[in-house]
Amino acid sequence: MNLDPYLPLAIVLSSALPGALIFFLGEDSYRLRTALNLFGALLKIILVGWMIWGVFHGHVYESRLTLMPGLELVLSADALSVLFVALSTVLWLVTTIYAIGYLEHSPNRSRFFGFFSLCVSATVGIALSGNLMTFVVFYEILTLATYPLVAHRGTPDADHGAKVYLAYTMSGGVLLFVGAVWLQTLVGQLTFTQGGLLGAAPEALHGQFILIFFLLLAGLGVKAALVPLHGWLPQAMVAPAPVSALLHAVAVVKAGAFGIVRLVYDVYGVEFADDLGLLTVLGVLAATTIIYGSLKALSQDGLKKRLAYSTVSQVSYIALGASVLGPIATIGGLVHLVHQGIMKITLFFCAGNYAETLGVHKVSEMNGIGRRMPWTTLAFTVGALGMIGIPPVAGFITKWYLGLGAATAGAYWVIVVLLVSSLLNAAYFLPILYRAWFRPPPDQWPEEAVLSKRLETAPALLWPPVVTALLAVVAGLLAAAPFSPLEWATLIAEREYGR
Amino acid sequence: MSHEILITQLLYGGAGLLFFLLGVWSFISHEPLWRKLIALNIMGAGVFHVLVAVAYRGLDAPPDPVPHALVLTGIVVAVSATALALAFGRRLDREDSERTPEVQGVDDREDGTHV
Amino acid sequence: MFDPLALAVALPLLGALLVTMLPGWSRALGMLTALATTVVALWLTVTVWGGASLHSDLGGWGVPLGIALRADGLAAALVAMANLVALAISINATGYFGTAESSRKFWPLWLLLWSALNGLFLAADLFNLYVMLELLGLSAAALGALTGTREAAEANLRYLLVGLLGSMTYLLGVALLYTAYGTLDLEQVAASLTPGPVALSALALMVGGLLLKAALFPLHFWLPPAHANAPAPVSAALSALVVKAAIYLVLRLWLDLFDGIVTEAAGMLLGLLGAGAVLWGSWRALRAERLKLLAAYSTVAQVGYLFMFLPLLTATPDGPERERLLTALVLLALTHGFAKAGFFLAAGLVQKSTGHDRIRELGGAAQSLPAATFTLGLAGVALIGLPPSGTFFAKWVLVGQAIALGQWWWALVVMAGTLLAAAYVFRVLARAFNREPTPKCFLTDPRTEIPALLLAALSALGVGLAAQPIAVLLGAGD
Repeated sequence: MNLDPYLPLAIVLSSALPGALIFFLGEDSYRLRTALNLFGALLKIILVGWMIWGVFHGHVYESRLTLMPGLELVLSADALSVLFVALSTVLWLVTTIYAIGYLEHSPNRSRFFGFFSLCVSATVGIALSGNLMTFVVFYEILTLATYPLVAHRGTPDADHGAKVYLAYTMSGGVLLFVGAVWLQTLVGQLTFTQGGLLGAAPEALHGQFILIFFLLLAGLGVKAALVPLHGWLPQAMVAPAPVSALLHAVAVVKAGAFGIVRLVYDVYGVEFADDLGLLTVLGVLAATTIIYGSLKALSQDGLKKRLAYSTVSQVSYIALGASVLGPIATIGGLVHLVHQGIMKITLFFCAGNYAETLGVHKVSEMNGIGRRMPWTTLAFTVGALGMIGIPPVAGFITKWYLGLGAATAGAYWVIVVLLVSSLLNAAYFLPILYRAWFRPPPDQWPEEAVLSKRLETAPALLWPPVVTALLAVVAGLLAAAPFSPLEWATLIAEREYGR
Repeated sequence: MSHEILITQLLYGGAGLLFFLLGVWSFISHEPLWRKLIALNIMGAGVFHVLVAVAYRGLDAPPDPVPHALVLTGIVVAVSATALALAFGRRLDREDSERTPEVQGVDDREDGTHV
Repeated sequence: MFDPLALAVALPLLGALLVTMLPGWSRALGMLTALATTVVALWLTVTVWGGASLHSDLGGWGVPLGIALRADGLAAALVAMANLVALAISINATGYFGTAESSRKFWPLWLLLWSALNGLFLAADLFNLYVMLELLGLSAAALGALTGTREAAEANLRYLLVGLLGSMTYLLGVALLYTAYGTLDLEQVAASLTPGPVALSALALMVGGLLLKAALFPLHFWLPPAHANAPAPVSAALSALVVKAAIYLVLRLWLDLFDGIVTEAAGMLLGLLGAGAVLWGSWRALRAERLKLLAAYSTVAQVGYLFMFLPLLTATPDGPERERLLTALVLLALTHGFAKAGFFLAAGLVQKSTGHDRIRELGGAAQSLPAATFTLGLAGVALIGLPPSGTFFAKWVLVGQAIALGQWWWALVVMAGTLLAAAYVFRVLARAFNREPTPKCFLTDPRTEIPALLLAALSALGVGLAAQPIAVLLGAGD
């Protein structure tokens, strides 16, 4: 029996079904819930590994469900989806372990982990979507699955943050929906195609195509936190740390950025988008977002808020890469999809550790924290240096390719943006590192808890950031190795530009 | 002969339509329950009139049985509906008369139905 | 003898008689009837799905005097939905109407309503449709008043009177058609109908009368108080099924009977009223203070979506686009049926355990009743039109066809309606997140929770993904 058509579906269900079961578990079934969580995460990794092997050997995986003529749900694996699936799957396992450690004693765990699993299922669905309608379906499910996570704490702040989140994402979702439907009425089918699905579009329709691009971009830009659609992200910081990590590195923001990549390369086609003048607009938006996010991050004292604005800024590198014509910039944007994820999740794990272990929530409280929690702070340092773009951490690769690509394409203003933003990154990260390592620690931490006898904090909290920090270094050092993110990104870019 | 039938049908059918319209007007323009109910029954009578007129095929020919069957069924339905509406109305009235003195304390009704 | 068409109507009628005669056994007999009827209805649907178009004449009288029944794909789809929902409501009602007295009052009326519902979906001639319509209206009004409160009696008296006005108007239309064409059989009238003043007047009278019963804006005024004040299982039936029956009839007339008569202007008028319903109903739902009132106004809005299909159906020529539009319309109707029934049953549970359904004060309740909250959430997904519910795909087709026809304003209405729906659904769901103590287990009262949960799950996850079999079913009976 040929199982290939079921593999993409199985990858989505490997977290959705355990998630659905978790909802029905009693609050005290700690072991069963943890077992289900880890089982789903590991199974997903195995399945994704199988799929990567298959895609590499030329297998075609496609699950398809026809609803009506012209309305088909398609899950399929191309090189781009594999990149995103692999990222979310690996980071999900790490985040699950972290979340189990983080939420061990808080209420409503069944609800939390149920939606947590649905969230990653939706993300994987987004990654594997074979056409725009399927993408919209999972994109909306993602909105739905993350709302309870943001609202989870139940405080008035959480309630407000979740409402803002919902208002932004639902409005964006409606625009995306109308854009996708409109596009379908013009071109008939919405299958993602390398080089664009529009085909030979008649001149008369160009006006409509431009309008549709902006509808879709608005829908995707909300989740990708493009300025001025980023307002929800800092508000959503009220969520527990694992949720922030998930939102910023694995699921929501990433889904928006991934969608923009799909939009440019596989819906419009990068050359057609350039012909319509859309790439310039996207580039300007991305550049504005990068600078604006960095500037806002400078003035934030709350550690998570500073990281949130840093995300606003960093994710737009992906859109920036997509907006510059030429394979090298494309590689830079694509590879940042992975690199930003690994580095940002490390930073959020560390922020969570500081808060859980010492009650430290603000940058101004971090004096000497490196002496109390050296491993966590080491991981944080790796993440921060990567964000600035210092070799050998992965972030350097991104900026190198983006700069090189911009120079090749003659878009020198992009290089200026990169330089300014790197300086700003340094300006908001280096003071933190200085405080953490070189200032003397206070006599008493705001709210110190003893979570482990031997380690600086609970093992389930400590290992995830250490592992992801290590990954960030490895991704930078071994960028030229086969199966590295850079290699995949190069593969995708080569196919897109037809070499 | 057919001329006479046509005239009769028009006369009765027209009267039925008139009834119906009267009923609609009365239903919309009058607030009290029993007037609305009577209005509905007049509307019904109008429709039945139309149907009976359709059934008429001359004095010496048997009428078309189908409209008659409809009218008979229709009357049964209308009677049940009226009964149900009256039951509702009685219920509301009873509650009113139980409640009014308690709530308002004094009898401010002109017709004194609360007793 | 074993004719599924006749059995689907006769079984619940027989059951109603039995429970009236043996009130002590009402619950057992009622459940037995409910199960048997549902099995028959599903059997009927599967038969039609297999490609057979069912037709039967009761008592062998034939046209025009006999009672003819018939099932095509559209009827079978609605029968399947209605009977599944009715079964779930019945199971829920065994718990809700727990005492002997309330049970004795509920079951005869409920089975009578069920019989009328199946009869209405399956009737093949205009007069039987009228009788079923009246039977439905009478039993629905009586059921709605079972709570015994003054508000319920007032609301249902108004519902009854408005319903009678609607059905009398419909009947006059039927009389006109009989005068002109001498038959009542749907197919025969459709075959001989010619455009002209008679046909137009009949169309106006019949559809106008039914619009009152279907609660299309601005004729919806009777619906919110009637649906919000009924006992929860009855509210579920009223909102999910009874209103749907009137809409089904409008659709039947519009698509089958008056196919060549209806004009684009008429369709546009109904579509605009539908758009008004979507906006006004959603807005009022957003402002509603009580959960059941919110659900009732949401029904007003959802009815509006169904009518927004009519101008598009009228403007689309026969072909795959029109079939897709029709599938989407049915998808929306079925999804709403399941979703709204689940929503009301869950609301009933909330009301029963807290003693009220004021949305502001629901915080603790949402926390202590996870299954009910979950049901509200799943049904909410379908009401908003989020994927993978049938509503999402229906809206996809609706908006697509509107843009393709150049009638882009419907797309704006759908966008606004979706956002308003999200706002009113999440206004309720947001109450689920607070710092009350965590419940120890998911289910508290399985008999009332599981049917509601299953209905909501069907609406959010089942119907939409089963669009293709539904399309096959719709194509089968023609």
